[in-house]
Amino acid sequence: MSIDNPMVRFDNVQKSYDGKTLVVKNLDVDIAQGEFLTMLGPSGSGKTTSLMMLAGFEPATHGEIYLNGKPINNVPPNKRGIGMVFQNYALFPHMTVAENLAFPLKVRNVSASEADEKVKRILELVELPEFGSRRPAQLSGGQQQRVAVARALVFEPQLVLMDEPLGALDKQLREQMQYEIKHIHENLGVTVVYVTHDQSEALTMSDRIAVFEDGVIQQLSSPNELYEKPQNSFVAQFIGENNRINGQIDSIEGSTCTVQLDSGERVTADKVVEGDVGTRTTLSIRPERIELDPVAGSVPVTIPGKIEELIYLGDHIRVRMSVAGTSEFIVKVRNRTGRKNLEAGQQTTVGWSPEDCRALDEISA
Amino acid sequence: MSAIDIEQNNQVLTAADGTPLRTALARATRRAKWRAFGLVLPLLLFVIVTFAVPIGQMLVNSFHNTAFSDNMPTLSAYLSENDISGVPDEAAFEALVTDLRLARENKTIGKVATRMNYEFSGSRSQFTGAARKAKKLEPPYKEALIKLDKDWEDPLLWNIMKRAANPVGASFYLAALDMEYDETGSIVRVPEKSRVYVPLFIRTLLLSGLIAGICLILAFPVAHLLATLPLRYSNLLMIFVLLPFWTSLLVRTTSWITLLQSQGVFNDLLVASGVINDDGRFQLMYNQAGTIIAMTHILLPFMVLPMYSVMKTIPPTYVRAARSLGASSWTAFWKVYFPQTIPGIGAGILLVFILAVGYYITPALVGGSSGQLISNEIARHMLSSLNWSLAAALGSVLLFIIILLYWLYDRLIGIDNMKLG
Repeated sequence: MSIDNPMVRFDNVQKSYDGKTLVVKNLDVDIAQGEFLTMLGPSGSGKTTSLMMLAGFEPATHGEIYLNGKPINNVPPNKRGIGMVFQNYALFPHMTVAENLAFPLKVRNVSASEADEKVKRILELVELPEFGSRRPAQLSGGQQQRVAVARALVFEPQLVLMDEPLGALDKQLREQMQYEIKHIHENLGVTVVYVTHDQSEALTMSDRIAVFEDGVIQQLSSPNELYEKPQNSFVAQFIGENNRINGQIDSIEGSTCTVQLDSGERVTADKVVEGDVGTRTTLSIRPERIELDPVAGSVPVTIPGKIEELIYLGDHIRVRMSVAGTSEFIVKVRNRTGRKNLEAGQQTTVGWSPEDCRALDEISA
Repeated sequence: MSAIDIEQNNQVLTAADGTPLRTALARATRRAKWRAFGLVLPLLLFVIVTFAVPIGQMLVNSFHNTAFSDNMPTLSAYLSENDISGVPDEAAFEALVTDLRLARENKTIGKVATRMNYEFSGSRSQFTGAARKAKKLEPPYKEALIKLDKDWEDPLLWNIMKRAANPVGASFYLAALDMEYDETGSIVRVPEKSRVYVPLFIRTLLLSGLIAGICLILAFPVAHLLATLPLRYSNLLMIFVLLPFWTSLLVRTTSWITLLQSQGVFNDLLVASGVINDDGRFQLMYNQAGTIIAMTHILLPFMVLPMYSVMKTIPPTYVRAARSLGASSWTAFWKVYFPQTIPGIGAGILLVFILAVGYYITPALVGGSSGQLISNEIARHMLSSLNWSLAAALGSVLLFIIILLYWLYDRLIGIDNMKLG
């Protein structure tokens, strides 16, 4: 995917630390002006390394990174003009909050009065106007987080990098900060490259998400496309919950195919995996898209199943079933008035629409 | 709120059996406190016996010397009762002769003579000689003694005896600071050529400061490497740093002698390679250079270790953050990294400086005459000149200087900022 005049371009970038294995393989990404792009992936997938190469702390082993069209491989980090928020904030402990915020201005020889003005304004932006004279150690985690964001923004960079900035916060504060960062991004129009391993964080905040695995971007698309239309089994599994059933492509009808399940049933699915008839495939179906015991004819696909376990979760009930040879088949049933009575051990059927079922590359169960 | 309410609120809280809560708590924790105290008791006794008592005794020795007052009781009593100025009259000389006879009999005249010789050079033979002949002396004693030795009519000697009659006095402190009493009893500096101790104190402080400075410059990069290298390299490096710790002090010092003396390995190599000719060999031993080199080597670990332990706690992200915020590598180091290492630097400097100020063996072995420190002079007075009071006064002055520096350090940097590990 290429964008006209991208803010950042990774052009076939590779990175190896030991000369034996590649941590980042052939990275090609364009990041548009004003975009909020999240690099999402499990640890060791290469996302942080990619960010560090962009920040200038790690040299690329091969390939070139462009910032506003200029190659920056040989530009030291302090000349890149990129704001960065670190995992543990990295607020300088021997300086007050105001001194921390003035630091990037001071090294840029901004006059003291102008720096004061900017520090005051940014403190108001992050809603900490009274905290300038405190030391970082005197702030709560959430406040430190805001100061760290403020410090990365105060010198008005066009690009801000964030390396798992919310990892150290508790759940509630993390959610609140997600919205705040999102709003700051919208208000200031800066480009943000955000690294996280938390998929809900990525879905909440991003314009686009790059899912990393094994040094390769598995899929780069908008949050809803990522969830609705995962391109491979890894993405389907990593983003949200999905049910997986293995089978073999029996026939292909345009963009859909019929899959012969290992347990014998035949179902229709969106064909995503490459390959001809006979290709092994894993079907992916989201638990909330499955209908339990559907009225005959209401959904095109129905197969029998047996309820193994019911887990009551308030707004919905998680039903674990044995379907098509797997006993880990999860169905989410909305908890609404008039729902059918469910019991473990009950024999029933499950059904879904073919467009909710995607035939992806096979992963062995 | 009524008066009764207030009274109830102020009531002492009680435990279930009615005893005041505070008493009950104290009783409950008393056993644990005594047990804890029992555990530290051996160390406490050890410290008191081997540290607090000797230091106290040294401090007392520095201003309390009974060599004269105990052994010359009659004269001491006379001198403290009568206010004499200059050379006294016959009565004092009679008391002197009485005491000289007594001291001769008790064989204590040596102590008296030594004590007087500290302040009035040449008076040893004057006293021992007079004591030997005291038995045969006839009154008037004044003329008789002056006939023996003209120094007996020196008013300075009598001033000194008058002060020595009182066991408590500051004369040893004055000596330690290169000062003395003149004929009129006022305090003056000794003649320039006999000023020994003040220049030595200054040299000790300067050399210690220099050694601490060199240690800091050498140790900083090493400590930084130790803190940032991967574990297997840093362990190896740590062994190199600690190696001097594990080697005997004498072995290390004599190795330096072998290496650096004018006929040693270093000079031989330079001559052999033609860098210098045979007459131009560097004098690196038995002078200040020797003291500085050997002591820097010995004290280096004391600088490296506290700095290392502080640097270990500084995450590399601080420097990265500074760089990403636009700081050059120098600014990032100087404004962000360096200020955070100050607790370690402070601890290292204080440690090295204080150890260096009191260092004794190394300067004694490799210092020659220009590399001697005050501790060598203290040792000389303890071991060979046996002027313990002066040694104690010198030691006390040193202790006072260090306490002063410590106080200054506390005021400037703050002692709670210091991290030893």
